[in-house]
Amino acid sequence: MVRHYLDFERPLLELEREIEDLKRFSKGKQLHLNEQLKNLEDKYRRLQKEIFSNLTRWQITQMARHIDRPKASHYIQWMFENFVELHGDRVYGDDPAIVGGLSKLNGRSVILVAHQRGVDAKEMAQRNAGMPHPEGYRKALRLMRMGETFRKPVVTMIDTPGAFPGVGAEERGQAEAIARNLKMMILLRTPILAIVIGEGGSGGALAIGVGDRILMLEYSIYSVISPEGCAAILWKDGRKKEVAAESLKLTAADLFRLGVIDEVVKEPLGGAHRDPQGMAVSLKQVVERHLRELESKDIEELLALRYEKFRRMGAFVEDGSG
Amino acid sequence: MSWFKKGEEEKEKKERREELQLSDHLWIKCNSCNEIIYRKVIERNFEVCPKCNYHFQIPARRRMDYVVDPGTFVEYDADLLPVDPLEFKDLKRYPHRVKESQEATGQKEAVICGEAKVEGQPAMIGIFEFNFMGGSLGSVAGEKITRLIERAIEKRMGVIIFCASGGARMQEGILSLMQMAKTSAALAKLHEARLPYISVLTDPTTGGVSASIGMLGDVIIAEPRAMIGFAGPRVIKETIRAELPEGFQRAEYLLQHGMIDLIVERKDLRHTLASLLEMLRTDDGKN
Ligand SMILES: [Zn+2]
Repeated sequence: MVRHYLDFERPLLELEREIEDLKRFSKGKQLHLNEQLKNLEDKYRRLQKEIFSNLTRWQITQMARHIDRPKASHYIQWMFENFVELHGDRVYGDDPAIVGGLSKLNGRSVILVAHQRGVDAKEMAQRNAGMPHPEGYRKALRLMRMGETFRKPVVTMIDTPGAFPGVGAEERGQAEAIARNLKMMILLRTPILAIVIGEGGSGGALAIGVGDRILMLEYSIYSVISPEGCAAILWKDGRKKEVAAESLKLTAADLFRLGVIDEVVKEPLGGAHRDPQGMAVSLKQVVERHLRELESKDIEELLALRYEKFRRMGAFVEDGSG
Repeated sequence: MSWFKKGEEEKEKKERREELQLSDHLWIKCNSCNEIIYRKVIERNFEVCPKCNYHFQIPARRRMDYVVDPGTFVEYDADLLPVDPLEFKDLKRYPHRVKESQEATGQKEAVICGEAKVEGQPAMIGIFEFNFMGGSLGSVAGEKITRLIERAIEKRMGVIIFCASGGARMQEGILSLMQMAKTSAALAKLHEARLPYISVLTDPTTGGVSASIGMLGDVIIAEPRAMIGFAGPRVIKETIRAELPEGFQRAEYLLQHGMIDLIVERKDLRHTLASLLEMLRTDDGKN
C-alpha cells in the first residue's frame, strides 16, 4: 500500500519488514510466535507515535509532498458523489493542473475546484505537476461563478508547488488571472470552503484559496515561498531548506497560531497516505460541518465576515509617537 | 515556484549602488544603453535617459513631486511599523534588515500613502519604494494600502498606486502572502463603490504585487521598458531551459499581449492620470 518511505521513516520500514518476515515464518511452520509478533507490533506503534509527534517543519514539508499522499482525485472519489468534470476557461484552453466541476456532498450539489498534481510520474507530467497556467485559474473562476449563479457552495482543494513560471503563462497573464480570482472570490455570493490537502505554494495556491473558511490537513503546508527557494535566496544554498522551513512557519499548526486558517484537520497516524480512506471519511465530516454552518448564514453577513477575515490578517504596530 | 528573484534583486541593488555612486558625481551611466550622461540633463528630464528613453527607478518621494500638485499631499499612516511575527531565522534578523532599509531610504516602510491632488483632481495615492526591501508587500504595506482604499471609499475618491516591487516579504511568510488577498479585497470594495483605481506599473513590478494590486487597475498604465511579470525571468529560464523571447516581460511586450492599457512616459503621467480621474468620475456620488 505504502510504496515510498521518507528518510525519517526508515526505522519503521525495518520493523515492518521484521514483522512481515515473522508472519511469513510462523505461517509456514505452524509455530506460535504470537507473543513475539505482538511485541514487535507494539514496538512499531510506539516508534511511529514517537516519530510523528516530533516532526520538524522540513519533515512535514516532505509529508505534504509525499508521492503516495492522497491527491485531489482521491478525495473527489471518496468524499463526493457523482462528480461531473467540467472543462475549459472558454477563452484559451483547458488546464489539466486544475480540475473542477459539479458534484454532490451528502445530497447537496457543490462546485469543486482543485489542483491535481498527479498520482504518478505519468499523470504528473500530463498535469504539469499541479502548476497551473492562467487558463486554469480562469476555469476555476468560471466554475465558481457558476456556483454563484446557481447558489451552490464552492469547495476548493489546494495542492500545488505554485503557479507555473513559463513564457506562455506570462504572456497570457498569470499575474492578472491570480489577481482577478483574489478580487472576485471576495465578492462571490455563495459560501466558499478552501482546504489545503498537500502543498500550498504561494500565489498559485491563494488564487483558489480565498474562502469563508480555510482548513489544512495536519501534514500539509502553506507558504509564501518554498523552503528551497527561500534558502537559495537567503543563503544562496538550496540545501539549507531545513532551516528555511523552520523560519517560514509553514505548517498547519503554525498557520492556525498565526490566525490564518480556521481548523487543522487531524490525519491518521503516519499521515493521510497510510489510511487514505479513513482520511476521506474524517475530512468529509469536517467539510459537512463547515458547509452547514456557512449555509445557515445570510449571504450579506457571509460576505461581510469574509471581508473582515482577510482584512484582519497581518502583524504590525502603530507607533503613536510618529 | 515563487515570484522571488532575489538574485536579480541583489544584482540590481548592486548596480543601483554603483549608479548612486556615479550619481554623487556629475555623470550617470544609463542602465539600459550604457551611455554616460550629464546628471543635470537626466534630472531635468524626469530621470529618463535622453538617449534611449530608459526610465530610471526613482525614490517614492521624488515620484510624488513629479505627480502631485505642490503642497497638496497629506500623508496617512506613516507611523505603521513592521514586527517580526515569525521570529524569522536569517543571517541578519528581520528587524535589522528593516532598520537598514529605513536608514538607506529615509522611509519607515515600503509604501507611502496619502491624499493629494493631481492637476486639481483629488485622489488617494500610494507609492512603492523599491529600495525598501525590494518594495516587498509586508503586513505594513498591506495595511496602509487597505486603509488608503477604505478612505477613498469613505471620501469618494479614486485611487492611484505606483507599483515597484519584487513581490512578497519572505520574512513575514504566510502573513505577507495574505496581504495579496487583503488588498485585493479592499479593491473589490472600491469596485463596488464605483470608484476608479488606476495602477501604474514601474520598473520592476513582479510577484505578489503584480498578482494583486498591480493587475487589478480599472486602468493599468506602465512606464516605458518597465519589467512586469509574475515569475522572475531567471526562474522562468531555469524552469523551461530555453531562451526568453526578445523584450519578454517588458511594458511594450505586455501591451502587445493585451495585459496593460497604455504606456505613458513619465513626463506625461501627471496629465494622463488627471484626465483619467476626471473622465472616470461618477458624479451622482451613489453606488
Ligand atoms: Zn539610455
